[in-house]
Amino acid sequence: MTTRTQGAPGTGAPLSVSAILFRIVGLAVIDAVALVFGIGLWYGGLGLAAVVLAAMTVVINVAFLSDRLMPVRWISPGLLLLTIMVVYPLLYTVYIALTNYGQGHILSKDQVIARFEDETYSGKSYSWVAYRSDGGEFLIWLSDPEGGEFLGDVQARTIAPVERADPRFGAIDPADNLPVAIDGFQKVPRLQTFQYLTRLAAERLQGEIDGAPAEIRIENLNTASLGQQKYTYDPARDVLVDNETGTEYVSREGFFTAPDGRTLTPGFAAFIGPANFVRVLTDPGIQGPFVGVFIWTFSFAALTVLLAFAVGLGLALVLNDKQLPAKGLFRTLMIVPYTIPGFIGILTWVGLLNPLYGPVNGILESALGIEPRWFQDGTLAKVALLLINTWLGFPYMLLVSLGALQSIPSEIYEAANIDGASPFQRFRTITFPLLLVALAPLLIGAFAFNFNNFTVIDLATEGGPPVPGSQTPAGQTDILISYAYRLAFAGGRGQDYALAAAISIVIFLIVAAITLVNFRLSRRVEQMV
Amino acid sequence: MVQLTRSLTGTRRRPMGMRNQRRIGLAVKLVVMFLGLIFALLPVAYVISASLNPANTLVGLGLIPRDITFDNFARLFTSPLQPWPRWILNSFIVAGTTAIIVTSLTALAAYAFSRLRFRFRRLGMIALVIVQLFPNMLAFVALFLLLDALKDVVPAIGLNSLGGLILIYSGGALGFNTWLMKGYFDTLPVDLDESAMVDGATHVQAFWYIILPLVRPILAVIGILTFISAYADFLIARVMLSSTENYTLAVGMTLFVREYQLEWGTFAAAALVGAAPVLLVFLIFQRQLVGGLAQGGVKG
Repeated sequence: MTTRTQGAPGTGAPLSVSAILFRIVGLAVIDAVALVFGIGLWYGGLGLAAVVLAAMTVVINVAFLSDRLMPVRWISPGLLLLTIMVVYPLLYTVYIALTNYGQGHILSKDQVIARFEDETYSGKSYSWVAYRSDGGEFLIWLSDPEGGEFLGDVQARTIAPVERADPRFGAIDPADNLPVAIDGFQKVPRLQTFQYLTRLAAERLQGEIDGAPAEIRIENLNTASLGQQKYTYDPARDVLVDNETGTEYVSREGFFTAPDGRTLTPGFAAFIGPANFVRVLTDPGIQGPFVGVFIWTFSFAALTVLLAFAVGLGLALVLNDKQLPAKGLFRTLMIVPYTIPGFIGILTWVGLLNPLYGPVNGILESALGIEPRWFQDGTLAKVALLLINTWLGFPYMLLVSLGALQSIPSEIYEAANIDGASPFQRFRTITFPLLLVALAPLLIGAFAFNFNNFTVIDLATEGGPPVPGSQTPAGQTDILISYAYRLAFAGGRGQDYALAAAISIVIFLIVAAITLVNFRLSRRVEQMV
Repeated sequence: MVQLTRSLTGTRRRPMGMRNQRRIGLAVKLVVMFLGLIFALLPVAYVISASLNPANTLVGLGLIPRDITFDNFARLFTSPLQPWPRWILNSFIVAGTTAIIVTSLTALAAYAFSRLRFRFRRLGMIALVIVQLFPNMLAFVALFLLLDALKDVVPAIGLNSLGGLILIYSGGALGFNTWLMKGYFDTLPVDLDESAMVDGATHVQAFWYIILPLVRPILAVIGILTFISAYADFLIARVMLSSTENYTLAVGMTLFVREYQLEWGTFAAAALVGAAPVLLVFLIFQRQLVGGLAQGGVKG
């Protein structure tokens, strides 16, 4: 068990009470969580996820019972949560991106087939007569115009062709050529039938008529009609056959499609491969806005970092002066915006920038006579976003710049002074390069964060104003993640989960690349593994 | 802001005659400092002023209110359409539970990664790095569908539940914080727990009685940072929560500004109370937190 320490307990020594308790409680908690999740996933239609979860739970249980796998015990609760809430959603995103999952393609193929096979078309009409037992049970005698006769059993909900020689039939009433009674069931006179009509009309009698599955339904006092199954699915050929017309619908890319190209709705969720990515790159209605969103995402993140860093560094240089009075107080006051939760700061700015009543426009109006419509014009909305984001971000840059400035050894400056460097030269050739080296990972980290800064975009502009003529709900200030959100959840144009997932994957890849570069720069990983 | 900058630089005092360069430098720095302070604090000042202003509107709002009232704060507790007390309670439940889960699970995992030697240890650490490359909030569509599948059978962690939110936040915070925690564990000398184990302590005892008391600072940092990020999350809460009484503060407060009319005074009061807990924690733990933030990349 322990490889580091000789004579540690566990191998031969009896377990202490606390150790046993730890095992039992730990295992019970993990198993309970796994069970709840597993059941939820299985019945929620995510069977694969449930299986993966079950397999992991087994591994964890083994780890808790075997001493050799002891270290796994310590990791397992985190591992379980990480698998369900990070790894699985990631893989599921990839899967969704390769399907057509979204409005019109929500149901699974099996669900859609079941729905189509439930549909009926009305065929022949029958006249009917009811037979009633003393116990209130019913038989229905159906006759079609061609002389075909069927007997329906309301209790069993079945229907079968009549054999006239059936011994259950008693005497035949010459008036209508039907039996007076069938095996204890008495023929109900037409006038009395009415009181049973509602109950009988609710019943469906199923059986085979003319070699096809059929369903009989009582329409009114005189007629019952045949509902024939409209569609039959043939799993061997993967086609849906229209029993009424004989048309065969082939299953193709999430639709059952007729030879002439007509499709049945609803479609179903189906694997369609990289089609969503192709759509993003080639479909003009999607590609145009996407390129705009893509460019703005990068500019937004880069400009935000640039502006926040410039302001933060500028103030840090000032605060770094030993002569400045009350430095601690200034520093604390400066980072106040950073300590306010982002959503509160953003909503505050939305109010301040209100074009009609906001104080910012009040000042601009009285000083310059202008009242910019901050959120109605694309360019102004972008300026507003950068202003807000600079305010949110500069205190962090101030804090980290200050830390980095203080770590630059003063000997370097003394050497520069002897060489007669001006303050600006000192900054340009010493301070700034050293600072950049030290802060590059943090700047890249800030870039990655703002690359996905959904909060500021959605709260300040909701991506708006809209891109004119776009097929998808893209706005001029949308970044990739807010665009994906709008595709998946913003009403109006329906949910396109698949396209949203495809765009999420684009974001995933970019963010992963940025983070990798950052790991390289900071050498954090190499040092710690 | 641009205009503010301009007017203030205009009134800048010129140094009398030619004093030495340092004095001028200091004066310039003070001016820059004050401009920075105005930029940083003016929005805050407006919110404080609006929260005390009886007008409850943006229209004609000055920086200094004529009357002072606490009606805006009182209104937070009375509006039936906007159950603000519920929202802030929800936010605390979600952020608090997430912080507890994340600190517990990362402490356990960090103990294994730092103190135990086992076959897939290195692989496990590398796997954690790879997981960090893919923040789970970006998989919000998949998470939505996952919670949607769960909601009928286990409503407590399904869509529109606080439980689901807690699990998503916790899962997403594990990768990075396990690294942070492991790094801190590594700084403690191994002799400490090894000598305890020579004396017959089990791993559980060594973890509980020796290690945990020593790592309290990093537990606090991770707990607080996790709390703050869960408290401030908007995306996941927006996607998962659909009924007003289940909203967290981040989703609920948009209603003050967006829907109905603009209730600026009520919003300002809500903003102050909502920001206060985080602000206090930040100011109290400033030094520890800044250290923790720098760990995010600057230093190994």
